[in-house]
Order: sequence, then structure tokens, then C-alpha cells
Amino acid sequence: MKVVFQRPTALTERQTHYCPGCTHGIIHRLVAEAIDELGVLDKAVGVASVGCSVLAYEYFNCDMQQAAHGRAPAVATGIKRVHPNNIVFTYQGDGDLASIGMAEIVHAAARGEKITVIFVNNAIYGMTGGQMAPTTLVGQKTTTSPYGRQAEHCGYPVRISELLATLQGAAYVTRVSVHDVPNIRKAKRAILKAFEVQQKGLGFSIVEVISTCPTNWGMTPLEALKWAKENMLEYYPLGEFRTPEEVK
Amino acid sequence: MAKQLMKGNEAIGEAAIRAGCRYFFGYPITPQNEVPEYMARRLPEVGGVFLQAESEVSAINMVYGAAGAGARVMTSSSSPGISLKQEGISYIAGSELPCVIINIIRGGPGLGGIQPAQSDYFQATKGGGHGDYRLFVFAPASVQEMVDLIMEAFDIADYYRNPVMVLGDGTLGQMMEPVEFKEPKKRDLPPKDWATTGAKGRKRNIINSLSLVAEQLEEHNWKLQKKYQHMKEHEQRWELYKCDDAELVLAAFGTTARIVKSVVNQLREQGIKAGLLRPITIFPFPDKAFAQLPDTVKAFLTVEMNTGQMVEDVRLAVNGKQPVHFFGRTGGIVPTPAEIIAKAKEIMGGVR
Ligand SMILES: Cc1ncc(C[n+]2csc(CCOP(=O)(O)OP(=O)(O)O)c2C)c(N)n1
Ligand code: SF4
Repeated sequence: MKVVFQRPTALTERQTHYCPGCTHGIIHRLVAEAIDELGVLDKAVGVASVGCSVLAYEYFNCDMQQAAHGRAPAVATGIKRVHPNNIVFTYQGDGDLASIGMAEIVHAAARGEKITVIFVNNAIYGMTGGQMAPTTLVGQKTTTSPYGRQAEHCGYPVRISELLATLQGAAYVTRVSVHDVPNIRKAKRAILKAFEVQQKGLGFSIVEVISTCPTNWGMTPLEALKWAKENMLEYYPLGEFRTPEEVK
Repeated sequence: MAKQLMKGNEAIGEAAIRAGCRYFFGYPITPQNEVPEYMARRLPEVGGVFLQAESEVSAINMVYGAAGAGARVMTSSSSPGISLKQEGISYIAGSELPCVIINIIRGGPGLGGIQPAQSDYFQATKGGGHGDYRLFVFAPASVQEMVDLIMEAFDIADYYRNPVMVLGDGTLGQMMEPVEFKEPKKRDLPPKDWATTGAKGRKRNIINSLSLVAEQLEEHNWKLQKKYQHMKEHEQRWELYKCDDAELVLAAFGTTARIVKSVVNQLREQGIKAGLLRPITIFPFPDKAFAQLPDTVKAFLTVEMNTGQMVEDVRLAVNGKQPVHFFGRTGGIVPTPAEIIAKAKEIMGGVR
């Protein structure tokens, strides 16, 4: 019998705790498939952050460390400096990476730290119940921006990929989305490329993934996918912002 | 091996390297800058990595990552920087990772000053960050002792899978003294089979302090407490100086203990039978030392460069049997022998 679809070996058999229709699950799968395809499961060390993906250490079937809120790039730095031949990745939300962990991500990128960052941008703090994130769109309602995010009061959402792309150490910077199948395929290729950049020792790599939070956006999964496409992609354009020659 | 003259802060670096430390993550702050500077120079020579982090927060989380990856790793800072590291230290203690942390204490609170102080005693010995954890804490009083204890600190950290903190102050960090690097007594250290090195041919390893089931977290806490209890039973260290017939026992740690030692001699010349009790570990606090004191002791005087921190542990150890007095200078002021002597005479006048 020919196997046409199966669980990647880089995922454990644990059932995830993600809400129905949350795209965290898709992104986990893409990361796992990439690890499988590159055959680096026994070299991989993942760093789980604080956010809905805090339990990622239960799901990725490799060595894992759980990091304090925002500090995953620093933790990954410590691991990578000790084991330069391991494949080290972080998996972080937008509150974790773009707010409390801004210093860590910027400096890991600036140092050209040879790690791969999977950055899940769902424009909200999922785990704590839907508060405003640094990536929340202007006008977007959250529990701490109940009238919609007002720019004059709390400024504008941060475009992490564009920001990091100004740094020379950031070898590969790309933004992808998982709101439909063609984009999921592209996201997979981007994650593969990011790991290859690390394998080749070319520097820091980050894949920003536009994701959904149906629960805290107050939408059905389908509505959420549509909302992401129609609202987020305009402010967060997809594409590669920096790509090293070697993987072009 | 011949002794060499070394500055305290540089001796810290060399001791760590001799103990097998190959990774150092830090951020500049006075008065400990010679530690990272020394490591930046020396670590590449021995195949190690020095990395200047973007903040103390990052530095301690790099330590977390490296310790979790199985390395011997150290960071050093001074009071405000140590405050910033507390969240990370709590994670390290919670995840049971070994590492060595140096705090060359300066006066506080806030930005405070850069002169010597001992005002981080509470922070070091009572946990420091959130949660019910303890560090193993050494308080050396000379550059040689600092070297000896740091070399041992890495073994102790590995043995207990617990962070070890070594306290000093600007005086100890800046002074030059002859030092000799001696191998510490061997401990049986288990292999670090829990480290995240890549799960090749073994079950995967997870470094983690999250535990969402209250019963499991409680159990984990009791497990940690067992370690601390073991430290209390087996690791207390102290020095008694001229305590055999003492009527007044002065208790002091670190730099202050050096001053107090000369105070003891001067008091004895003046007819007061004084002795010094110097804790070398301040967690575990050496309460066993108090049981060794003779019946002649009438009173205690704790001397510290703060407004009264270790004195609380002294009072717990004395347990009301004798009065426990306190003399302290703070904010970066080092107490003079004359003022300690005056305090001692005031006490002994009263007791007689
Ligand atoms: C130091 C600290 N501050 C705050 C929190 C609470 N907290 C937990 S998750 C989270 C936000 C996570 O949001 P995000 O990174 O966007 O991830 P998501 O849950 O949306 O996937 C916060 C603020 C914490 N755990 N630690
Ligand atoms: S709260 Fe939002 S981000 Fe978190 S699991 Fe649910 S849908 Fe996903």
C-alpha cells in the first residue's frame, strides 16, 4: 500500500491544544516536514516561547528548550554557540517576538546568529485572551483596544520583516502566509530555505508567517482566513526581503 | 604551582576557565568589567566563546540555553544587572540547570553607586526572582578564596543541577593579591544526559520549567526543596577565628569579615574577648557553626555593608539565646575598625 499522507516524524503523537481552525497547527506541520525533508531531526534543537505555542516542546519530536517570554533568540544563541553543528530554531508569536522580545530578536539578527526563527504573526496576544499586540492593525478591536487600535494613542503596528531586513546579519528574511493552499506551499518552501541558510552557515534566518486567531478575533476559522487575506496582507506584504545568493 | 599576583576580577575569569568554563555571556557594568574583558581575551585562546549580550536579560537567557545544551557557562554582573537577570535565574533554577553567576555588588537601591556594598544579601540568599527556589551562594573574603570557590562552584552547580552565585564587591574585584589555582576536591558528577545536544540515538530531551498541573508543580517544588535541604546538611561552610574563649562573637562575610578580623585582634589587645564567625556559604547559611561556639559567648555583633540583612539569619541561628546586635554602613561606605570597636565596647559594657 502506498502511503500518501502521514504524520511527519518531526511531530510527536501528542494531540495539540490549539483551538479548532487555528493556523498554529499548519505551521507546526510545515516546520516538521522541513525538518524531515532535510533529515536533521537528530540534530535539531527547538526553542519554544511564551504564547499559545508554549507547549511546542510537546509537539516537536526533537530536543527542545522552553524559553522565557521574548527570550527565545537569546536561548537559541546559547545553544547554537555551544553546538554550532546543531540546527537550532525558535518558534515565537508576535507578542513574544515583536514586543517583549524586541531586543533579543534584533540583536540575534544583527549578530548574524546562525539560527532559524519561525515568527507567527496573528496580530494579537492569543494565549492571554486577545489583547493588543505590537502587530495589531490600526482600527483592529482587541480586549485592550476595545474601540479599535487608535494610532494617535498607541502608534502603528511593527513590520518585523522590513525592520530586520535592514540588518546585515539577517541573511534570509521572508514573509509568508498560510491562509490558503498555494500560500501554505510557499510557506513550506520558505521554511526549508531558512533551514538551508542555517545549514550553510550563511547567517540569521527568519520566516514571518501571517497566521490566524479565530478565537480571539471572534470569527469562524474560515472567516479568519478571509480576514487575514483581506486585511493583514495589505499592511504586511508577502515576499522575500533578504535572500543570500547561495539559496536564490 | 607558583603564586601569581592577580586582580580579583581577572582571577574570577581565570578560575572559571581552569574549572572548564568555556562560555561566558555578559553585559558591561562597573565594578566588574574586568571579568568580561578577561573572558573576551582568554576564552578564544582555549576554544571557548565570549559573547557580549545586548542586555543582562539576554545574557542570562544565553546562559540558560548554553547550560541546557550541557556546557559549563558563567555570567557576571553587578547589582542592577543582577536584578535584570532574576527572571532568567528563576527559569534556570526551575529547569534545574547548572551555571555560575558572579555578583560584584555595588550600592543601591536603583542605580545606586559603584562603591562596595553587601546590600544584595537578601536577593542572593532568599531566592531573588519569583518562585520558591534558592541559589547556592558563596561569599569569599579574599582573591584566593574567590578563586578556590569559583573553581568548585562549577562542580557544585553540576552536582546539584542548580545555579551557584558567588558574591564579591568592588574591593574584592579590584584588589590585587597573590593567587594559586588548585584543583578542587573531586565530586562524583553524573553525565549530563539531560542536555539538548540533538536527539541522536536516544530519547529526546526537554529543558523546561512550565508545569500546568498544580500537583506536578508542587511535587517539583518539593524535589527542589530536597536539594536545598541536602545543601543545608552537607555544604555549610564557615570560618571561626579566635572563638574558643570568646565573649563577643562578631559575624561578618566577604570583605567586611577582613575588617572584622583585625577588629577582633584589636579588641583582644584591649581586653575584650572577641571572635569572628565568618560564613563562607551564605546559602546554605552555616547555622551549624553556632553550635560549635563555647558557653562563654555573651553576645553577637553582626557587621555588614548594608542596613541589616544577614543579621536576620544570625538571629534565627542564635534563636534568642543571646542578644544579637548589628552595625552596618551602607551606600558604598566601608565600615572602619574604629567604629566597629566602639560598637563592640558599647555592647560589652552593657553585658558586663
Ligand atoms: C514576563 C511575562 N510577561 C507576560 C506573560 C504573559 N503572557 C503569556 S503569553 C503572552 C502573549 C503571547 O502572545 P503572542 O506572542 O502573540 O503569541 P500567541 O499566543 O498569539 O500565539 C503574554 C503576554 C508572561 N508569561 N511572561
Ligand atoms: S487563542 Fe488564537 S492563537 Fe491561540 S490557539 Fe486559539 S486560535 Fe490559536
